[in-house]
Amino acid sequence: MTQLALVIDLNVCVGCSACVTSCKEWNTSGPAGFMSDDNPYQAEPTGTFFNRVQTYEVGCFPNTETIHFPKSCLHCEDAPCVPVCPTGASYKREEDGIVLVDYDKCIGCKYCSWACPYGAREFDEHQKVMKKCTLCVDRIYDESLPESERKPACVLSCPTSARLFGDVEDPESEVSVAIREEGGYPLMPEWGTKPSNHYLPRRKQHLHIHEDELIRADNPLKKEERQPSGPVDAPTLDDSTSW
Amino acid sequence: MHPAFSVIFLTTLIGVGQGMFLALFTGQSYAAAHFLPAQDSTGFFGIGSLIALLFLVAGLVASVFHLGRPERAWRAATKWRTSWLSREVIALPMVMFFVFVYGVMHFMEWDMVIFSTSTGVTFKLSLLVGALGSLAVFTLFLCTAMIYAAIKFLQEWASPLTIVNYLLLGTASGFTLATAFSMYTAPDLVEFYGVWAIIITIMAFVSRSASLIRNSRIKFKSTIQSAIGVRHNQIVQKAQGAMGGSYNTREYFHGKQALFLKSIKWLFMVLVFPLPIILLSAGMSSSNAEVLLVAFVVQYVGLMAERWFFFAQANHPQNIYYQTV
Repeated sequence: MTQLALVIDLNVCVGCSACVTSCKEWNTSGPAGFMSDDNPYQAEPTGTFFNRVQTYEVGCFPNTETIHFPKSCLHCEDAPCVPVCPTGASYKREEDGIVLVDYDKCIGCKYCSWACPYGAREFDEHQKVMKKCTLCVDRIYDESLPESERKPACVLSCPTSARLFGDVEDPESEVSVAIREEGGYPLMPEWGTKPSNHYLPRRKQHLHIHEDELIRADNPLKKEERQPSGPVDAPTLDDSTSW
Repeated sequence: MHPAFSVIFLTTLIGVGQGMFLALFTGQSYAAAHFLPAQDSTGFFGIGSLIALLFLVAGLVASVFHLGRPERAWRAATKWRTSWLSREVIALPMVMFFVFVYGVMHFMEWDMVIFSTSTGVTFKLSLLVGALGSLAVFTLFLCTAMIYAAIKFLQEWASPLTIVNYLLLGTASGFTLATAFSMYTAPDLVEFYGVWAIIITIMAFVSRSASLIRNSRIKFKSTIQSAIGVRHNQIVQKAQGAMGGSYNTREYFHGKQALFLKSIKWLFMVLVFPLPIILLSAGMSSSNAEVLLVAFVVQYVGLMAERWFFFAQANHPQNIYYQTV
């Protein structure tokens, strides 16, 4: 079993939207046709995207934290959007678990998008079919590309390496190790969709200093200025204890 | 959800057509058992089936406007093993087929007695077609409702009440139409249809009210915390990933004030239930066909409001990712 997926590290993402633009660039020029835009240079620009970066503010000033949250199809293992499709246009590939839409079969009924709790699917207003992240399926198997470039466009473009790509079913893959060791979690686990994409949480380094680390506990005279010292050639306390 | 008028028309129109056919078949079954006087085959059952068929066709036409690629609609019949929408796509033409056959058999008076009992009850072929048609009608009601009830995370819809509501509301409007229709073609049956229309409307009132009460108490399973996986009770969205909106902000939000939603709720609660009941009783006691027709129109308009509210009330969990719409 193979299940390709992304792991997105919220600890590293800076919200630059490089993944959004490179995704759009790659996929709008791909064999599946353009991803339409309306008013791209006017007041209310709108269009079809596979991937968007959202921003959340957590906490109350001054204890706030900004979280940039890239959101795309999670390629669920138990994808609710697939069985509801009346035409079979929406399907999950056996060989690598990628959830795809056959744009030639889609009738544009939008039912699959209703059946996705994450809002990962977007209807193309000009092609009149449902669109979604393909994990750059036209790129990751392209043998004319050097092996290091056979990754989704968003992963390659991320300047902070916040996006990892690999097989989450292989326990030794980079993504599985990251999920296991860095606390990777799925979104909305309550619906049992088993999302393949995982997110790595914010991880902070805290310095814990105890009081007795500030005051030298072994200073018998409690005088900071007077170091306990013996003869210069004798072993010092630092050689025999650790603190 | 953003209510789409194509789907509102589809579900309400086929509801009327299905209910009308059930009314005709009920009338014929009762007449076969001599509980009701037999009616004119051509004028009543033939024309009645035509009217039911017209409503079903109108619903089908409305549904086409919901599709982005209607020319590929035939493909929608392929995944009936998993998709309720696909099952509906099969069930609707089935119903239309049976209504058509039932109507033609009556209109042309092509019928034969399959068997008759010593008490004089005759079982005709048209009754068999009608029974099969009724089975198809109930299947279609189930499929239509399950399209909504099967999406478990749309918690307002994911309830058996959704199925009961679709069944009862559609049947009620069909029986109301049958009451008005029988005033023109079969005055003997006005009372029969009228009383049943009132009974079914009252039953629909009970089940729709139950679902309104249920939906007002829903505790949503998904929260912003589970949606982005951050455990903090103060999370504010600052950017949605789109400047001029996206499909996600258009498809899942009705964009109306809470007051508007509330007024639609009270509007349909009046137009679908008490008003048609009053008009039906008034029309029956005064034998006034126009009043009965008004009862149907009022109930139908109310049902459109009901369906609008049904969609608008549903809160999709993806809306959590679009807090500032």
